[in-house]
Amino acid sequence: MIATNAVSALESAFHRRNYDPSLAVWLVTGVAVVALFALRGQYDWVTKLPEELVIPLEAWLNAFMDLFVASFKWLFRAISGLLEWPMNGLQALLHWLPWPATIAGSVVVAHLAGGWRLAVFTLCTLMYMVIVGYWDESMNTLALVGMAVPLSVAVGLFAGILDFSYRPAKSVIQPTLDLMQTVPAFAYLIPVLLLFGFGPVVGLVAATLYACPPMVRNVSLGLQRVPVDIVESAKMSGCTDRQLLWWVRLPAAMPTIMIGVNQTIMCALSMVIIAAIIGGFGDIGWEVLSTMRRAQFGQSLLAGLVIVLIAMNFDRISRGLTSRQRVSQARTGTLWQRHAHLWVALVAIMVAVALAQVLPELHDYPKAWIFYPAAVVNDAVTWFTANYFFATSAIKSWTLFYFLLPIRIGLENSVTPHFWGFALNLWISLGYAAAVAGLALWVDRATSWRGAVAVLITGGLFYFGTTGTPWAVFILVVTVTAFRVGGWRVGVFALGGLCFMLFTGIWERAMLSVYLCGTAVLIAFLAGGLLGIWAARNDRVSAFLRPINDTLQTIPLYVFLIPIIMVFLVGEFSALLAVIAYAIVPAIRYTEHGIRHVPAETVEAARAMGCTPRQLLWQVQLPLALPEIMLGLNQTIMLGLAMLVIAALVGTLGLGQMIYIALTAADFGKGAVAGLGIALIAMITDRILQSWSARKKVELGLA
Amino acid sequence: MTGTDQAAGQVKLFCRNLWKVYGPEPHQFFSGERGARQRGDRAELIRRIRAADHIAAACDVSFDVHEGEIFVIMGLSGSGKSTVIRCLSRLVEPTAGQVVFDGQDLLKASSKELIDLRRHKMGMVFQNFGLLPHLTVLDNVAFPLKVQGVAREERVKRAMEIIDLVGLEGREASFPRELSGGQQQRVGIARSLAVEPEIWLLDEPFSALDPLIRRQMQDEFLRLQRLLHKTIVFITHDFLEALRLADRIAIMKDGEIVQLGTPAQVVMEPADDYVTEFTHDVPRAKVLMVRNVLEPAADGLDTSDAVAETMNLEEVLPHVAGRIDPLPVTDANGRLVGQVTPHAVLNALAGKQRRKG
Ligand SMILES: Nc1ncnc2c1ncn2[C@@H]1O[C@H](COP(=O)(O)OP(=O)(O)OP(=O)(O)O)[C@@H](O)[C@H]1O
Ligand SMILES: [Mg+2]
Repeated sequence: MIATNAVSALESAFHRRNYDPSLAVWLVTGVAVVALFALRGQYDWVTKLPEELVIPLEAWLNAFMDLFVASFKWLFRAISGLLEWPMNGLQALLHWLPWPATIAGSVVVAHLAGGWRLAVFTLCTLMYMVIVGYWDESMNTLALVGMAVPLSVAVGLFAGILDFSYRPAKSVIQPTLDLMQTVPAFAYLIPVLLLFGFGPVVGLVAATLYACPPMVRNVSLGLQRVPVDIVESAKMSGCTDRQLLWWVRLPAAMPTIMIGVNQTIMCALSMVIIAAIIGGFGDIGWEVLSTMRRAQFGQSLLAGLVIVLIAMNFDRISRGLTSRQRVSQARTGTLWQRHAHLWVALVAIMVAVALAQVLPELHDYPKAWIFYPAAVVNDAVTWFTANYFFATSAIKSWTLFYFLLPIRIGLENSVTPHFWGFALNLWISLGYAAAVAGLALWVDRATSWRGAVAVLITGGLFYFGTTGTPWAVFILVVTVTAFRVGGWRVGVFALGGLCFMLFTGIWERAMLSVYLCGTAVLIAFLAGGLLGIWAARNDRVSAFLRPINDTLQTIPLYVFLIPIIMVFLVGEFSALLAVIAYAIVPAIRYTEHGIRHVPAETVEAARAMGCTPRQLLWQVQLPLALPEIMLGLNQTIMLGLAMLVIAALVGTLGLGQMIYIALTAADFGKGAVAGLGIALIAMITDRILQSWSARKKVELGLA
Repeated sequence: MTGTDQAAGQVKLFCRNLWKVYGPEPHQFFSGERGARQRGDRAELIRRIRAADHIAAACDVSFDVHEGEIFVIMGLSGSGKSTVIRCLSRLVEPTAGQVVFDGQDLLKASSKELIDLRRHKMGMVFQNFGLLPHLTVLDNVAFPLKVQGVAREERVKRAMEIIDLVGLEGREASFPRELSGGQQQRVGIARSLAVEPEIWLLDEPFSALDPLIRRQMQDEFLRLQRLLHKTIVFITHDFLEALRLADRIAIMKDGEIVQLGTPAQVVMEPADDYVTEFTHDVPRAKVLMVRNVLEPAADGLDTSDAVAETMNLEEVLPHVAGRIDPLPVTDANGRLVGQVTPHAVLNALAGKQRRKG
């Protein structure tokens, strides 16, 4: 069935010459776009919204926040005090425990979770922290994560159950989750900062909030996916609703819920590291940040490595612990055999504590024994810059002038004799237009008019630039796309979101963000797509890429910046690279997954028809994997936007920078508006791509 | 024979004019004057429901289940069997009709009463077992007791008895995923019996098992039933399974019962082509009994070498071989109840059917 569908889809791709009525919509849009461009000389409002129409939303929000803080400050300070207690306790405990005790305990847990390999890995990680001298900072970070995770899990569990079992709650919780997962991490910090004051509690609250959504989603999803059979059998056993939930649904949903716990841990760590930016916790994230700001790359690299290692350990241990299946033997055996790990850990910790009473070196690792090779790294960096600066700066400026600048301000403004060797005159413009039109015609012939529309839009964007395109044109084209792809709901959402950005006065910054993120995503998507295709066709490449992808996905965002600015220094180009490095993973993953999961019958049928491997790829596998690949693009964009804000640290313009400024000034209104702007960009693209992918899957008979 | 009169016990459970319609507004077809008027005409109502893009999963289903009887509902996939059995326990809320259990109208039962009924009087077995993955075999079987608040010691004792009964002793500490399909279904059966239900509902309990195990489980099931004498509603899509187990069979098609009768009746007098289709592969000699081809005894019948009415035709064949005159037939007490002619036996074996009026 799927195979025949696929074959007929292939055939119709070859002879699609029937123009459907929605082409008319695009023709009208095209005419309107041309008209708007023609008007842009006469009327200012086409390119820039008149000042008096801008809504002072930032000021309103600030006024509201001031009022809110004034009336409820006592409440939040009380909560803050309440949270400080156990947190200080945990922190004190971790500092009091001799380092060999902590290491022994962690290694035993790692062994329980993942056997000897993981145990050794954990041991190396912790020894590294000790030897490099980042033990105290690491313990502060651990204390924050250790507090945030249980809180997050509890809140997430509660909200997830509510979401599942109480219909009205769903309509509140779901949009809130969407928003929480798209509002950038920095933007979280501002209101938390205002309400809870400075100090570690801010990090704790921010991390707790930030880490909730995956838990809520997984709890709700897990509960929904409990097989009907199990629920019915429990009902027939005479369960009341409450028994059904606690004794049947929740335990049966446990595997999915545990995936949520794993994600929650990773999110909490990521946020604790990010929250370090407000300072004052003496944690490892702060160490990275402050050294990075002082351009002490060796130091920040050493500290960054601690974060990477912590993240990898957290990920593997939590995944190992949460995916352990209970086996029947667990019930038999003596007390000792059943809880061997527990006993070993207890004994080891007690021995270490006892020994530390005698040997002070075991209590606090002596400063003299610390091995801190930052200078070596710094020297290496200096040497590299001295010898290869010409190469890195050439790459940088080439990309800037021939690629980034045209996308930002358009060929129209960026082509100057200085860099390009010629000025943009009418003939060259016409030639460019002809080339784009030619390409569009060819694409129209090869695939469909939809592809041609995409080519025309891209060509236009490159010529006028994201910032050179009048807002009216941008809104029109995006809204029409959203409407055509996802129906009127998505269309209205896109229109509303774009209008929000227009009327709150963040349009230009938003366009700068769209430009940088768009460019990075484009590169990440192409490169990741190619890698994904390669990995799908070659098992060894796949096996090679998998651990790299895993690692890239677990590393907290900051750390990406360190090696990049070491080589390329701060600036837009470094931000671009950071976004690419972070966002490339889903492009690789989804492409590989999509291609590998093309139904085997279809591939066999295509082979039987005599397809060459290349034809197989281009005419069977890629078209059928396209919906999945588009979901990958969607994820790429989401990650790109998240990173974009962090990359503001190394100097970007746009909404990311705006949030960063708002954070340093504790300006809630500014941060909220900019954060919403990013969230809206993310949600609009998300809805468009999701609906496109869903529709395509149905068309291809894959859903 | 009409099917209802042969059963031994009194009616334990019955449903009348049961409807289940899936769709956005299923009740529109049954409420108000128009609904009342149209309920009379089943075909017309079904047509109207389908025209409105609703799914009629059970249409005007009525039957009685007698005490101690195995009542089998048989039909192809999607014919509405699961829907009907779930209406009997109200896992699915019927759209219209009546379900009466022990004189109590189930559709009027409050949720508390319903929970009480399920805790004490109903047991159900599911096609995909429906075991709780996080509990051991023992805890799974004891689960219905735990739900009632039975003390741990007591419920373990009771559960162990039933685990022995279904032949799973030694596996009580295993988790469901460590068991084979057949073993898992034994757990499902044990669990459904833990509360000593009065009515036992089984929805395709053996369909997920391979044929050999299925056969074995059927024997096991019959053994249990000889021991326990439950009132049973058993769902299957396997006609042979239905014939083996059933006291009476209801055959469903597209939500409707197309025929209801004993196995022999169904085989001998299929109601329509749909049922006839099923009877093609039936080993008639095994299914049909002497009583199914019984004729009134002729005057002056030679009453020597009589055959029992409960013999199947395969067993009676040697007796009629080479004979022309009829054989006398006796019941369990040796009383003469009629005669059987070789001609009738051969006709029955050849599948020459007496079509229902
Ligand atoms: N929740 C539901 N919503 C809509 N339609 C349903 C629902 N449940 C069942 N149906 C439909 O009702 C009809 C009868 O389904 P039912 O599950 O009773 O069939 P069945 O005879 O048990 O089939 P099987 O042998 O496959 O289990 C089917 O057409 C099915 O698609
Ligand atoms: Mg069924």
